[in-house]
Amino acid sequence: MSPTTYLEAIRQGIWEEMERDERVFILGEDVGIYGGAFKVTEGMLERFGAHRVIDTPISESAIVGAAIGAAYMGLRPIAEMQFIDFISCAFDQITNFAAKSRYRWGAGVPMVIRGPSGGGVHGGPFHSQNPEMYFVHTPGLKVVAPSTAYDAKGLIKAAIRDEDPVIYLEHKFLYRRVKEELPQDDYTVPIGKAVIRRPGRDLVVLTYGAMVYIAMEAASELVKEGIDLEVIDLRSLLPLDKETILESVRRNNKVFVLHEDTRTGGIAGEIAAVICEEAFEYLDGPVLRVTALDTPVPYSPPLEEFFLPKVPDVLKTARMLASY
Amino acid sequence: MPTKTQLHELYYWMQLTRILEEKLVALYRTGKVVGGVYTGRGQEAIAIGTAYALEKDDLLAPMIRNLGSLLVRGFCPEDALAQYLARATSPTRGRDCNLHMGDLGKGVIAPISMLGALIPVMAGAALAVKIQKKRSVALTYIGDGGTSTTDFHEGLNFAAVRKVPLVLVIENNGWAYSTPVARQTANPEFVIRAQAYGVAGFQVDGNDVLAVYEAACKAMDHARQGNGPVLIEAKTMRMRGHAEHDDAWYVPRDEIEHWKTRDPVDRFERYLRETGSMSEEERNTILRRINGEVDRAAELAEQGPLPSGEDAAGGVYHETT
Ligand SMILES: Cc1ncc(C[n+]2csc(CCOP(=O)(O)OP(=O)(O)O)c2C)c(N)n1
Ligand SMILES: [Mg+2]
Repeated sequence: MSPTTYLEAIRQGIWEEMERDERVFILGEDVGIYGGAFKVTEGMLERFGAHRVIDTPISESAIVGAAIGAAYMGLRPIAEMQFIDFISCAFDQITNFAAKSRYRWGAGVPMVIRGPSGGGVHGGPFHSQNPEMYFVHTPGLKVVAPSTAYDAKGLIKAAIRDEDPVIYLEHKFLYRRVKEELPQDDYTVPIGKAVIRRPGRDLVVLTYGAMVYIAMEAASELVKEGIDLEVIDLRSLLPLDKETILESVRRNNKVFVLHEDTRTGGIAGEIAAVICEEAFEYLDGPVLRVTALDTPVPYSPPLEEFFLPKVPDVLKTARMLASY
Repeated sequence: MPTKTQLHELYYWMQLTRILEEKLVALYRTGKVVGGVYTGRGQEAIAIGTAYALEKDDLLAPMIRNLGSLLVRGFCPEDALAQYLARATSPTRGRDCNLHMGDLGKGVIAPISMLGALIPVMAGAALAVKIQKKRSVALTYIGDGGTSTTDFHEGLNFAAVRKVPLVLVIENNGWAYSTPVARQTANPEFVIRAQAYGVAGFQVDGNDVLAVYEAACKAMDHARQGNGPVLIEAKTMRMRGHAEHDDAWYVPRDEIEHWKTRDPVDRFERYLRETGSMSEEERNTILRRINGEVDRAAELAEQGPLPSGEDAAGGVYHETT
């Protein structure tokens, strides 16, 4: 068996759920005939037909709104944003309609909104964004961001089966760059569960998405200096797996957060607060963060490279923390 | 009717756009462009016919296929190439890509990628014109696909209610990426929408630069005189893929072949020849000039340095010196 890419894993996950459950359907721009701008829905129109693979007008608000309406009627919609950046055009439907529905009148909205996020591909300010925190700030939503092909498949399935609206962020830098052998059997990855990618004994970095690979690379450097870095892949940002985070902090006593999102208002701040509230007495140093700059995502390669967190940034922070 | 000099200018802008885009595609094929290339091939007459009708103090907001409008408004070929090559010497200093550039000094407002977003903004520019009692008009564009956005509706309705001098051009090129107009709207007569919003509307052959120019002059007069916005539907065809990575396999071949016979540059050239408005010698002089300018621009753009990483920081807010 050959390894499956991250992109193919998402496609397989959607495909299998559509085979398994006829309530599942997908809607978005160019998802039908074209198979999606990145080919995530390739072949689905032919297999499942035009009533389950729907090419929409360029109307993000209507794509999400229609998904909400269909969810009320018992269907399981998957709304694709051609680039996740365009999710801003559907902000009201997501944060006011979908997110508040169950709380206000008991009507759940089981739906998935998914699309390519993240930078590193020189897409410029409107094709590279990480919009997670707009939604992490919204009670009623769930937000997931897989980093491996295994998780990409397991989490899309879990998201489709979930009873609440899930924002599923697929990192476009990883689409074809990461791959692995996947199990033949049906499996899901639970929403709200982090995973330890690399156990360590000295300090722990909490991260997700493409930054997991930066953390792993840094860890193999640090080992040479006698610093044993634990790497935790959050996988879900809302809900956060506090248990795994706190357990690791209690063991390692030193912690920093690494994210590709910009610094101010990023998930690092929230995590630091949780740690201070619930594990302060276990800390041997400050909770630090390594993040992108507080600017839009710039386009030109040297600018984008400077903007994004890199291995040396992680090394610097890890060394500083280790010295406490 | 444009004078002979104006006809020659229009021809110059049409060919400059075409030849510059061909250069851009060539640079793309050799791997020099950072990201994708979006051309307006086959749609040059719309960008140029409308921008050429603008007066000095008017405002323009281009979309991605409106390279011609930017050139007419004073951006130079090197600006566009440097943007696509992500150079420090580009108008955005490498911060944004392709034609995402503006210059308030030139009356040009830079677009964002989100389709439709320019329409409310240009409605606001036109509102300011009215408040400030100026006689400018605001011109912007939207594709057939972009008409399906929230902002298209809100922006045009707002402009209509406030009766501001906005000229909105719908470039109906038949396709929005792989989506044909029939899956974009149940009423493909976009010009009908003018009536729905209570504004003036014209339909024009988007591949006839003189027809576009005439419609644009009429629209701008109307708006300038305080009669409110005008919607122009320009019918045309996207002659390439969505961007250069896309070979547009989903577009029927005969549709492309049909539109090839109506190529706006060829048509205008034929018109100029048949009406005796441009001699072979005059034509060659213009083309020689353009080729020289484009080659020089490519050289300059390629010589331009990439920005240095630290330039990514700062500039987000007003900085006092
Ligand atoms: C709000 C929004 N959604 C999706 C996109 C992605 N996108 C970019 S261009 C395009 C098709 C545009 O079609 P049309 O408006 O007809 O313009 P054309 O490309 O034909 O000039 C799409 C879907 C976008 N830029 N903005
Ligand atoms: Mg179009």
